[in-house]
Amino acid sequence: MESHLNPPGSFAVSDNPVPTGREEIWRFTPLKRLLGLHADAEFNRSTMSCTWNSQAGVRVEGVSGDEARSLRGISGLVPNTRFAARVLAEVPSTLLIDVPAESELADPIVVELVGKDATNTEAGHVAMRFGAHSKAIVVINHAGSAAMAAVVEIVVGEGADVTVVSIQDWADDAVHLAHHQALVGRDATYKHAAISFGGDVVRMDANVTYDGPGGSAELLGLYFADAGQHIEHRIFADHNAPRTKSNAIYKGALQGEKAHTVWVGNVLIRKVAEGIETFEENRNLILTDGCHADSIPNLEIETGDIAGAGHASATARFDDNQLFYLQSRGISEKESQRLVVHGFFNDLIRKVGVPSIEERLLATVEAELAKNVLKEDR
Amino acid sequence: MSKLEITDLHVTVDTEDGPKQILKGVTLTINDGETHAIMGPNGSGKSTLAYSIAGHPKYTVTGGTIALDGEDVLSMSVDERARAGLFLAMQYPVEVPGVSVSNFLRTAKTAIDGEAPKLRTWVKDVNAALAQLDLDSTFGTRNVNEGFSGGEKKRHEIAQLELLDPKVAVLDETDSGLDIDALRIVSEGVNRFKSGGDKAVLLITHYTRVLRYIKPDFVHVFVDGKIAEQGGPELADQLEANGYDKYTKTAAV
Repeated sequence: MESHLNPPGSFAVSDNPVPTGREEIWRFTPLKRLLGLHADAEFNRSTMSCTWNSQAGVRVEGVSGDEARSLRGISGLVPNTRFAARVLAEVPSTLLIDVPAESELADPIVVELVGKDATNTEAGHVAMRFGAHSKAIVVINHAGSAAMAAVVEIVVGEGADVTVVSIQDWADDAVHLAHHQALVGRDATYKHAAISFGGDVVRMDANVTYDGPGGSAELLGLYFADAGQHIEHRIFADHNAPRTKSNAIYKGALQGEKAHTVWVGNVLIRKVAEGIETFEENRNLILTDGCHADSIPNLEIETGDIAGAGHASATARFDDNQLFYLQSRGISEKESQRLVVHGFFNDLIRKVGVPSIEERLLATVEAELAKNVLKEDR
Repeated sequence: MSKLEITDLHVTVDTEDGPKQILKGVTLTINDGETHAIMGPNGSGKSTLAYSIAGHPKYTVTGGTIALDGEDVLSMSVDERARAGLFLAMQYPVEVPGVSVSNFLRTAKTAIDGEAPKLRTWVKDVNAALAQLDLDSTFGTRNVNEGFSGGEKKRHEIAQLELLDPKVAVLDETDSGLDIDALRIVSEGVNRFKSGGDKAVLLITHYTRVLRYIKPDFVHVFVDGKIAEQGGPELADQLEANGYDKYTKTAAV
């Protein structure tokens, strides 16, 4: 029996129809604002700049032709969306990040993508390969204006310890439709952090499957939606091997008219996946009127033998009792709200565990707060 | 010199069946150097009085006045009241996830004083205050009230009292749920605060036990939203011997 969380895919573009918006996996996404990226928009020549830092022993480069083709689907991804099928079939090149087995990188690999044109529809494919027992952090920064469809495939070798951070710090007009698919090897540790602040529409699916028993995945997300923004994060932890773990924590704040966030947390525990542990959690903090947060955990269990499975979801405004407590110590209302919001995100920012971006995230939260909570003329 | 004057205070709280009158005309003056104990049975409105002084949004003042040194407290926001010199040690301190005790204390001290405390002396002061309340040095790194035991919450409240050093302290059942050692530690903290001079203390409690450690100058018996009787410390001894029956039975008639 096919799981409804995981409709069968196909590499053939024609097998993946253009979504209408009525499909379960598209029903929250404002298709009209995607500039056709979900359908048949032309994948134009990229106008984004793409740069990265070099690390000894690590291959980071754009490849094309047969080599690029050979990297399509390395994560086990068989597309079940039209845009992912098109990216794999049509995009001529792939950005390859190849970390050899047993190499431990001292510093993160940082890829900077900066767009210039929010009307130029384009697409990209990224393949990350982390050899057995390697240890590495990759940060992808998205900034500027762009309309981009992207598929990022990640292969985490046996016993490797890998963190992939994707920061969506786009300009207000950007559109970003992304699918991240990871294959976690035996006894490997994988952390994925999706951090979204900017953009008109950002939708990211962060999926994980396992290539053997004992793999562990931590799926983290932090987002801040402003007026008019649509930020949608979906995860899918597909427990297809025994004794695997997944732990997902997504936290978001919303402010301003028509700020809309979506979190869909899909977890499937297949019959073979005995002794697994999973927990997923989504929390949303509503800072002003006029916002809308959707939060949907789905847990599908096909085996009776699990070590632990749970989920939590909460969407709330400021807690009057928290604010009262802080204010009763002389702290002004705005400063109290600021403390609460920072506190809301602090533990998560620490969990991301990349010191060089911790400070930046704290600063970004502060900048977001300045737009409403700390605004003087409020 | 400071003086908290509560005059004919009437307070309602919103319930599903509409507003409910809790305080029905409370009049009480607390001068500096004085400790007043408010004692009463559960549901008599003691905590409502505490929250109303601090300005909790759940409670609506429908009549009467509260003045601190002649200034109208009721027109002040919650944080303005604290900066004017009022402090409420809460019965149920609230968790603030992700905000460390040390960050919280520094932010509060900065707000109360209008300037950031001098770093070197401040760290020393905080560590000393925590140590005196038998809270270890890692306490500052913990999130405010998150995962604290009942006793830790109360000791943390008193550490704040000592560090923020207000003019008037309202202690809302700070003694409840404490074992005898914790009660002694907390009481010593309150007494240290009082020895700072010119301090007014309003001690709200259900039990007479705490009055062995914190000596009241005045005792008020609170029943059904009003002060039913007042006197000196000897009134507490009578309550210890006879309980609240005399008052609750009268109120029920």
